[in-house]
Amino acid sequence: MTAVLRPQASACPACSAAPAAEALAAAAEPTEAHIVLSLPTIHCSACMSTVEQALNASASIRSARVNLTMKRVSIEAEPELTAQDVIPMVEAAGYEAHELDTTAISSTQTDRAGRDLLMRLAVAGFAAMNVMLLSVAVWSGAEGPTRDMFHWISAGIVIPAIAFSAQPFFRNAWTALKARHLNMDVPISLAILLALATSLWETTLSGEHAYFDAAMTLTFFLLTGRYLDHRTRSVARSAAEELAALEVPRAWRVTDAGEEQVNVSELRVGDLLHVRPGGRMPVDGEITEGSSELDRSLLTGETLPVFAQPGTGVSAGEVNLTGPLTVRASAVGRDTSLHRMADLVAIAESGRSRYTSLADKAAKLYAPGVHILSALAFLGWLLYSGDLRIALNIAAAVLIITCPCALGLAVPAVTTAASGRLFKQGLLIKDATALERLAQVDTVVFDKTGTLTAGTPELTNKDDFTRADLEIALALAEGSAHPLSISLTASARAAGIVAANVTDIQEVPGHGTQGTWNGQLVRLGRAAWVGGNGQTMTSAWLRVGSGSAHAFTFTDRLRDGAAEAVRDLQAAGHKVILMSGDTTQAVESMADKLGIDQWLAEALPEDKSARIQDLTAKGAKVLMVGDGLNDTAALSAAHASISPASALDAARVASDIVLLGGTLAPIPDAITTARKATRRIRENFTIATWYNLIAVPLAIAGLCSPLIAALAMSASSITVSLNALRLR
Amino acid sequence: MNILTYLIPISLILGCAGLAFFIYTLRSNQYDDPEGDAQRILSGDYDDKPKS
Repeated sequence: MTAVLRPQASACPACSAAPAAEALAAAAEPTEAHIVLSLPTIHCSACMSTVEQALNASASIRSARVNLTMKRVSIEAEPELTAQDVIPMVEAAGYEAHELDTTAISSTQTDRAGRDLLMRLAVAGFAAMNVMLLSVAVWSGAEGPTRDMFHWISAGIVIPAIAFSAQPFFRNAWTALKARHLNMDVPISLAILLALATSLWETTLSGEHAYFDAAMTLTFFLLTGRYLDHRTRSVARSAAEELAALEVPRAWRVTDAGEEQVNVSELRVGDLLHVRPGGRMPVDGEITEGSSELDRSLLTGETLPVFAQPGTGVSAGEVNLTGPLTVRASAVGRDTSLHRMADLVAIAESGRSRYTSLADKAAKLYAPGVHILSALAFLGWLLYSGDLRIALNIAAAVLIITCPCALGLAVPAVTTAASGRLFKQGLLIKDATALERLAQVDTVVFDKTGTLTAGTPELTNKDDFTRADLEIALALAEGSAHPLSISLTASARAAGIVAANVTDIQEVPGHGTQGTWNGQLVRLGRAAWVGGNGQTMTSAWLRVGSGSAHAFTFTDRLRDGAAEAVRDLQAAGHKVILMSGDTTQAVESMADKLGIDQWLAEALPEDKSARIQDLTAKGAKVLMVGDGLNDTAALSAAHASISPASALDAARVASDIVLLGGTLAPIPDAITTARKATRRIRENFTIATWYNLIAVPLAIAGLCSPLIAALAMSASSITVSLNALRLR
Repeated sequence: MNILTYLIPISLILGCAGLAFFIYTLRSNQYDDPEGDAQRILSGDYDDKPKS
């Protein structure tokens, strides 16, 4: 289409400019919109069909398909449709929905590495099955030329299969050797190659024992472990990338031609930006026009909105509440205060990266042990019998037996089972060692604003007002989108109040709402504007005519499951601490309400992380639960950390685990699951060690036939996987 | 033992057929949503817009 419209070279530049612009517009206009939403609460086939039907009922949606495994829906729609239009439809059907960035997803959808591994796994499985069939014939007594033929056929299958499917091990081993250190892949590669070489040699000499089947099954089991490991990691990584995309960053830039919507990444210092009520500041800057109130709770933890007028400085992440604002950008992208928090995080994080996982600890003991053992067996037999062929055979048998087949499965099988279970409860494990660290936790630190509370205010003193006052307040509040007004409206309506007849209602951005009632001026808004005297609690003031002003006070509503989570954690013997940047009074009342006796108020971000480092120095393993920017340093400093999906992306990036649903209730359960998982990992190591303890002496004594090797390997791998599945 | 000259190629061909079939399922994205597909086959709604 664009090719047809491409303008011809023309003598009149203006003539060609118009079609050129049209062609450009046509090229820029997509024929279809692709929207992907995350649906954390879907879990069954009924959910799937409800969501799909709700979406397909709309005329502008061409198709919608739910993916239950990834808990998301992908929508093909008319080009003008955006996620903001679609989310209400899903929410009306009764499910939570968040927008995901499609560009971040497309990179994970074609998960090349995963497919590659799966292909290698399939080839290894095919070869292992066929070789096993041939080996069974040999074990049951095939002799002479038949045995030789079977060995040659096995070699013909195994050599190309291993050359293809064991590549990941060879590659990893090679890079490790180049860097002059040992990892698990070195003994694996050595075992596979040595088994192949000795078996080939044996076959050319018409020998009795060939380890083709052992080399193949070893590759197969190890690839299984590798694949499981890759899958858990890639699910976590893709989810983390997509969650980072939860706030799709767009801004309205004011230009001479009017307003245009641009990506935040395209903004430059000095740009004028329009921020609507309810919008988030995309940059640091200074207000040039308009007055409003700013919600800074995500940055500082204060619940009280601040007054903003031309000249007031704003920082990225603050939410504009009432009036439209025009902001001149003074710092964009990486230079904003939001990103400068990253420095604090980097410092705090260096402590955590020192954690070594159980698997790494096992590998450190294991890799040198295996080599030394098989080298000793080789030397011992060489000296004892003087026969290179026997010695090499024994060394290969020892390597195959000790090879960390069950060990390779021990950790990935458990983490896959455990993260699957946690994902069902709405928790997303982002970090590979997060489960192990979560299992060690004994102290839980909560942030207040946005974590224990849902961030929506609730009216506390409705009964202090007369019915007439409430009617006026309702009439004034109805016209405003300020969070306090919305809460006031909801609670007055719930009490059956009908709005009074107030005329000339007008919202004064940054101050409040005013109107005329029975010829008197009535005002609802900030203390200074209405004429009240300052109060430390979140409040809105009402004044009727020349009477005195009264305050409606609000508290932050508790998040779902917050009380249960705190109670269960305390019952399980964890120490629970509350740390917040909010005022002492607000924090104290929250602590009383939840029965938390240790709390810290008016804490700066540095205070929080310092306090956590303090606790850590005293030997406590701290779990930090927080959502704000002021928590990021603390989240990184803690032994393990959780943040809700509603948190700013900086906080989510800093934490190990993300809560997908709105409730905090799964946290105590997550700790229990993590403990169980670590116990299973240890059990698996024990099982694998016992198999080795029994089979290794046999191998060293030269009694280990390929049959025993195959039995020991398969039996230990299957026991380990079954033990992991008990966690589901 | 002459039977082996038939049986071994047959078993290898069957194995290769299985492998080829698996590669086909992998290429046609059949492992993208195992959980959802398992539920979908039981649902009573008629799917008139199947994903191609």
